[in-house]
Amino acid sequence: MIELKNIKKSFNDKVVIEDVSSVMKAGQCNLIIGTSGSGKTVLMKCMVGLFVPEHGEILYHGHDFIQMSRAEKTEIRKEIGMLFQGSALFDSLTVEENVMFPLNMFTKDTLTKKLERVNEVLDRVNLKDTNKKFPAELSGGMKKRVGIARAIVLNPKYLFVDEPNSGLDPQTAMVIDKLIQEITKEYNITTVVNTHDMNSVMETGDYILYMYQGRKEWEGSKREIIFSKNQRLNDFIFASEFLRDAKEMRMLEERGKIANDRNMDDLLK
Amino acid sequence: MTIFTDIGRYLLMIKGMFSRPENAKMYWKEFMHQCSEIGIGSLGIVIIISFFMGAVSTVQTAYQLISPIIPKSTIAQIVRDTVILEFAPTLVCIVLAGVVGSKIASELGNMRVSEQIDALEIMGVNTKTYLILPKVLGALVVIPMLVVIAAVLGIWGGRLAGSAANILSNSTFDKGLLDGFMPFNVIFALAKAYTFAFILSSVPAYFGYYVKGGALEIGRSSTRAVVISCILILFADYVLAALLL
Repeated sequence: MIELKNIKKSFNDKVVIEDVSSVMKAGQCNLIIGTSGSGKTVLMKCMVGLFVPEHGEILYHGHDFIQMSRAEKTEIRKEIGMLFQGSALFDSLTVEENVMFPLNMFTKDTLTKKLERVNEVLDRVNLKDTNKKFPAELSGGMKKRVGIARAIVLNPKYLFVDEPNSGLDPQTAMVIDKLIQEITKEYNITTVVNTHDMNSVMETGDYILYMYQGRKEWEGSKREIIFSKNQRLNDFIFASEFLRDAKEMRMLEERGKIANDRNMDDLLK
Repeated sequence: MTIFTDIGRYLLMIKGMFSRPENAKMYWKEFMHQCSEIGIGSLGIVIIISFFMGAVSTVQTAYQLISPIIPKSTIAQIVRDTVILEFAPTLVCIVLAGVVGSKIASELGNMRVSEQIDALEIMGVNTKTYLILPKVLGALVVIPMLVVIAAVLGIWGGRLAGSAANILSNSTFDKGLLDGFMPFNVIFALAKAYTFAFILSSVPAYFGYYVKGGALEIGRSSTRAVVISCILILFADYVLAALLL
């Protein structure tokens, strides 16, 4: 679990995040959504320590990450895996070397054991016969999967994913979403995903935090999104006519079938 | 103000390089890789430049020394001292600032822009120590070696050009090489080589590491890194000459 308390971050007097508090739960896909420039990437970078907030607390196991010493931060970072928007694979290393990098850096395992683990995670992300390929030889979806494999190779407790579907076709995007969701449940990871892809929101979002102009505008489950009366959230999520129609149909369907909100949870599963 | 910000950030970067490695084996591997990249990668250009630099020195010195009372062996003395004191360390390092410096700046710039440095940071790797220190140490180890090779090849090129153009015989050239040789000149050349190696590796590393933006900025920072490295090399050249000679 990661707890955010009153996070504030600004760049050159421009406030990018203001007073954001939230809880990212373990074993769940926690989504941060919002328009471009709403501060979601900055918030994620604050959470992993790439940016230091001016105000607030980021609690891992109840300990404030901002106040930790460099050694303590390094220990926490060993429990963090991150998939970047552009995958951030090391160009000069093969797929196998990329995935093995964290093992080489932080473990004293034998080469055989490390190779075994690399093949295990590559297999988990459905990548076979790519061990000796370089990132330049891979498609966008394959790069993302290598990125996920590298992020989970050290069995992290926290997985951060920045725009997992950017530049991917809808079908590949769904494969990546499903993979993130499965890995989250399988390893009981606290997963935080930054996205503005509505398919991701509806497919993977257990908990959703909507950011608007650097502030937390709304939070809740994907089931609650359908019935939300928040105008800004509705304008963002159901931006197209198609999605607005879909929402209306879904609402009519729900109202006709269920008597109260409790039953709705089971129905939508 | 920007120049002071840059100087301050550069000094903090240098300070940040010195931290305990997470895994000494990985750092050693990276250091050896950089030695090979900088040393082997630049050997070809160093050989070509040094040889012709020495050859041209002989021909041009002979062209200017027209007095019959000056012995021909003086040409070899002048070529030897010019090559050891100035051409081998300074000229070679200026060229290396272009070859090695632009490579370091663009490599780190690309890693920064494509978030590879962020990925390393999140893993818990000290990126300044892992990415910059091996480059600087690699340059400090191999560039003085390249300067020594350049000095030897420069003098050899001068000797060959002297005999090929019938300016002076090999034996006269060899005699001139030994006349009034001062071993301190070699030490001075090595002092220059170490200073320039530090400049041409750390300055481009700074520009690459802190690049912001996209591909265009990588190119710009790479050019800026080379220009500033060259200026600093020439400035350091003057300071060292004024202090040590």
